[in-house]
Amino acid sequence: MVLCLFGTCLFCSAILGGVYALTKEPIEQTNAKLLQDAVGQVLLRNADNSGIKEGTEIMEAPDLIEVDGKSYSYFVQVENGTPVAYAIKSTVVGFGGPLTLMVGISADRKLVLNTSVLAHSETPGLGAKCTTDEKFMGQWNGLQLEKTKLEVQKPVKDGIDAITASTITSKAYTQAVANALAAFDTIAKQEVEND
Amino acid sequence: MTKFGLITKGLVKDNPTFVLLLGMCPTLATTTSAMNGLSMGLATLFVLVLSNMAISALAPAVPDKVHIPVYIVVIATFVTVLQFLMQAFVPDIYATLGLFIPLIVVNCIVLGRAEAFANKNSVIDSALDGLGVGIGFTCSLTVLGAVREVLGSLSVFGWKIPGTGDGMLAFVMAPGAFLCLGYLMVLFNKFLAKK
Amino acid sequence: MEILLIIVSAIFVNNIVLAQFLGICPYLGVSSKLSTATGMSAAVAFVITLATLVTYLLNQYLLVPNQLEFLQTIAFILVIAALVQMVEIVLKKISPSLYQALGIFLPLITTNCAVLGVAITVVTKEFTFGDASKMLNLGEALIYAFATALGYGLAMVLFAGLREHLALNDVPKAFKGIPIALITVGILALAFMGFAGIA
Repeated sequence: MVLCLFGTCLFCSAILGGVYALTKEPIEQTNAKLLQDAVGQVLLRNADNSGIKEGTEIMEAPDLIEVDGKSYSYFVQVENGTPVAYAIKSTVVGFGGPLTLMVGISADRKLVLNTSVLAHSETPGLGAKCTTDEKFMGQWNGLQLEKTKLEVQKPVKDGIDAITASTITSKAYTQAVANALAAFDTIAKQEVEND
Repeated sequence: MTKFGLITKGLVKDNPTFVLLLGMCPTLATTTSAMNGLSMGLATLFVLVLSNMAISALAPAVPDKVHIPVYIVVIATFVTVLQFLMQAFVPDIYATLGLFIPLIVVNCIVLGRAEAFANKNSVIDSALDGLGVGIGFTCSLTVLGAVREVLGSLSVFGWKIPGTGDGMLAFVMAPGAFLCLGYLMVLFNKFLAKK
Repeated sequence: MEILLIIVSAIFVNNIVLAQFLGICPYLGVSSKLSTATGMSAAVAFVITLATLVTYLLNQYLLVPNQLEFLQTIAFILVIAALVQMVEIVLKKISPSLYQALGIFLPLITTNCAVLGVAITVVTKEFTFGDASKMLNLGEALIYAFATALGYGLAMVLFAGLREHLALNDVPKAFKGIPIALITVGILALAFMGFAGIA
């Protein structure tokens, strides 16, 4: 009896170990691809939106950037040896839990190129619209930082328009972009010092 | 019962959701849209068929006293295999269904079929039984998901009904799940009573 | 402060039955009488807290150091099944009266997804406090587990009270039994949605 139970457990664990070993690589590849896609989405793209801008290269920064106790990983898009845009991974707390964005910022700090949601746990049908609501997401596509304030406004004057009935998520989203911008400033300062 | 009967009985007569009232937790939690309901149904179907087959093959060798733990271990193995596969190939769906994938282990449908059918029938019949019950479960989940999606976000399988607004949010959230399931059961009862 | 937040959120805002949809089967099954509802809640509270303690330690000191996280589901369900059996045996020996009271509910708890759900949640999900999020430590995890169980009890007792009244009323035939119960839970859940603003 004990033997049977023990045997089943051993056998099942062995199967699981095998399947785990087999699927480990595909899982890692899938995750890496999701990250890459997000980075590609938010950096400079070809005029016809067919992929990342030709003649540029994307490099992952080796070190994390620390700002106000939070650390950020980021990617640099380089054209002819000079950085033209940055993609910064920024996590804040949304309505339902952590909200992680990839934020693309142009190297001259004039534009938020685009944003992409990496992970969220917002309410389906409400905050989860931050991944589907075209009106909300469209605001971040080429947002001019000189003209637009990074704050949710009602009614909208020169800021961000919230997703209907999801003000908390919209505010968190905006905060994540603002944090990414702060991280960008730190990165830029470091590069000046290194030169 | 004929082989065909094994497959179709889960649809109406022994429908796991509306008649047998099994597996209520995933039924209510994952049906925020038709697509989510369908995915959860198929995930459960996968585990049902495989665990039914394995258990019907193992049953003669398992001592009566430890049969429940052995069944649970077998089911947990298939659930974990499913988890890996989903993480590797459909990460979006895995992220949406989240906690409810590992919780298939304690879904009473799976253990219920093992106890009531698989341990005293042939491997092929058990597979068909799993398929039938799984299809019934998938259909109920898809219908419930579709109803909630139409009422809650005015769309069908992610396709927005043109010219409509925001829908009634309560139906996407927790209360809507209970209400919709309750009223669908009423309709189901009416339908059965007429027959 | 954080602890207060965990408690309020687990009992009201993210009520395990009415917001997270865990443990629905026994919730619908044993809530037709107030006395059985309280018995079940007590048994669940006991097992959830104990199971969280054991699985948390198991995960932290056995699975994670050996990179065996992929065995989480299978290990946790075995622990819970064994624990329920053990609690049953021990209770029978040391407190026959409590065993009498909880007895019939104990075996049902193995397949109560609330127990496995809470055990998995505390080791995989980050909890949010204000504008930061982190994993719970052991003490917080236990408080969360117990508060969740209290929330379960609250939802259960409220619902059982309603159902006792419902049983005396003339309900249309097609609505009898589970359908009207589900609709009642729906309205109860609507009321609990009002707590969403607190956290």
